[in-house]
Amino acid sequence: MPATPPSPHSYPPRTSVWFAFVSFGAVIAAQTHAILTSPAEGDMGHLQKIMYVHVPAAWMTFLAFFVVLVFSARYLWKRNENDDLLAASAAEVGALFNGLTLMLGMIWGRPAWGVWWVWDARLTSTLVLFLIFVGYLALRAFVDDAEQKARWSAAVGAIGAINVPIVYMSVTWWRTLHQPPSSPATLDPAYTMGLRLNAIALLLVMIHFIRKRYEIARVERAAEHVAEAAAMGGR
Amino acid sequence: MFNAQPDRALDVSGLGKRFGARWVLRGVSLDVRRGEAVGLLGPNGSGKSTVLRIVATLLRPNAGAAAVNGFDVVREAGGVRGQVGYLAHSPGLYDDLTARENLWFAADMLGSPHAAAEATLERVGLAHVAGDRVRGFSAGMQRRLALARLILRNPRVLLLDEPYSNLDADGVALMNSVIAGILRSGGAALVALHELAPARAMLKRTCTLVAGRIEAPSPERASRDQPVPIPGTD
Amino acid sequence: MAWRDDWRRVRAIARKDLTTELRAKVGFNSVVALGVTILILLGLALGPDAQALRNAAVGAVWLATLFSGVLAFNRSFQVEIETGALEQLLQYPGPRWTIFAGKLLGNLLFVTLMVAIVVAAGIVLFGVRIPAGWPALLGVLALGIVGLVLLGTFYASMASRSRAREVLLPLLLFPMLVPVLLAATTASKALLGADLMHEAGAWIRLLAVYDVVFFIATFIAFEHVIEA
Repeated sequence: MPATPPSPHSYPPRTSVWFAFVSFGAVIAAQTHAILTSPAEGDMGHLQKIMYVHVPAAWMTFLAFFVVLVFSARYLWKRNENDDLLAASAAEVGALFNGLTLMLGMIWGRPAWGVWWVWDARLTSTLVLFLIFVGYLALRAFVDDAEQKARWSAAVGAIGAINVPIVYMSVTWWRTLHQPPSSPATLDPAYTMGLRLNAIALLLVMIHFIRKRYEIARVERAAEHVAEAAAMGGR
Repeated sequence: MFNAQPDRALDVSGLGKRFGARWVLRGVSLDVRRGEAVGLLGPNGSGKSTVLRIVATLLRPNAGAAAVNGFDVVREAGGVRGQVGYLAHSPGLYDDLTARENLWFAADMLGSPHAAAEATLERVGLAHVAGDRVRGFSAGMQRRLALARLILRNPRVLLLDEPYSNLDADGVALMNSVIAGILRSGGAALVALHELAPARAMLKRTCTLVAGRIEAPSPERASRDQPVPIPGTD
Repeated sequence: MAWRDDWRRVRAIARKDLTTELRAKVGFNSVVALGVTILILLGLALGPDAQALRNAAVGAVWLATLFSGVLAFNRSFQVEIETGALEQLLQYPGPRWTIFAGKLLGNLLFVTLMVAIVVAAGIVLFGVRIPAGWPALLGVLALGIVGLVLLGTFYASMASRSRAREVLLPLLLFPMLVPVLLAATTASKALLGADLMHEAGAWIRLLAVYDVVFFIATFIAFEHVIEA
């Protein structure tokens, strides 16, 4: 059997271990800083500190959607399968951060509101966005052909991402027409620095997760290409 | 870069296709010249339909390339569609429309006048049931109607998947006369069959698909360009 | 004239779809029957207090529309897939958007007819009082139907060809329709009341923007998803 030549696709990226340490270190540092330096909030005391993860996680969710949009559109334009793999990685990680945002919102809400769920503007729109991620991932799960999966996910991903601001706006209108938002205020300047630091730290973590997921996807795809060459090459 | 020979009506080179983990085609190469009909033989599930559907631009190959009259099936799919007429194994008709309505729909989509559709109905011998719903048609009648739609397309290259199934002797003769007409005007045909008999007179040569590849011809005829004569027609 | 050819194709597809649906009769009738059944079940679950029902009317009608609409959208592609007609449809010359436009037109008419019946049933079952400004309500309904049909047809073109089509279509479609649901129900409730805060106008504008945005987006995206 002839030796298979090196794959014509570029080798999968290596996620640096160094970067992993830096990003997780940043989170630990930012969280510690925020917990130690921020004052207790009026009504909720130290419960407010959950915001240092909850709010950046929400921001990361939106960022992940944006990444899905960009690379889905790019796939439809250039048909480079790496763009599809990156969009899918961003969607998985985005769903993770979306779930985290929801969980933390509910955990904050239980002592603050007394119930596990209210149809608050932000919580509700976060939930709807989560369902859009889930739909995207379900589509990928139910389509077998790689090229069709990539094309369909790119279309669904781009269209889903376009809807994000519209969903957010409509849910916010739906709630605020009759009462003001009841999410915790994040505008107090005492908290801004902490939020920003944690946002940067969480951004590093998300980048690490997406890169890692993308690396795995590329390795899987490279293995499929090798199998392809073997199936075609044997005589 | 695939350089298709422009004098070939159909040029297929190294075609590979997989469905999930299963490789159906593993490097299929064949060609059809203008004015000739080539048979594609092989057992059920050997991938004959897959080859036809890739050439008809309904599927994208995972490897290799194909071209119809110089149009690449992936990059110039629109051009290919203008050249080919694909007769699938399932007729692809609308059961709740009448035969006439099915053909009028095809005519509208093709930009042909309805009169052409009427004439075609005559030709395939379905004029007497033109106003009946396809749901009540036998398999043979449905195939004739599908053939009528094929004629309406006025294709240069025929891609036929088991075209003789469910046809009676008259139907077989009709199919052959349609194929012959297209060949006479410089067209070509690739016909997937599992049984050679009805097409014996039409086919110039055959290829056999085995395990996703075209079976190599016997040693005396090493090159795939040499015609493999059909037993009984020498 | 290329656009005349394209328009002819769009009309041919729409006419074919509607003829097939109306002849099959079982299709339209069962979808409408389902819509009304859902309304009845909602009435039973949320009633029998007349005021509660009146408050729930708008939501109930829209939910019944969404759930039975899903059936309609899957059916519009089902007919192509069952007999292998989609392959033949993809063989015709001309741009792919004509297929989408034809299906859209067919679905628009189908769903509008269905909604008319469901709304009538809703008015009766939930005791809705028609206000003087009812034409504005029709406008809200129309804009909502357009958004529903645009995304429903688009997602059905994929879901109907995948495994688990029954669950995939609602899963993809419903979260995306949240703005339509919120806008249509809130605006309708405002219009059925006295619309003291002129809320309805803002929601109608949101619906219009939504429809325009997704009209463009789905037409562009359809080219990429219709190929096998």
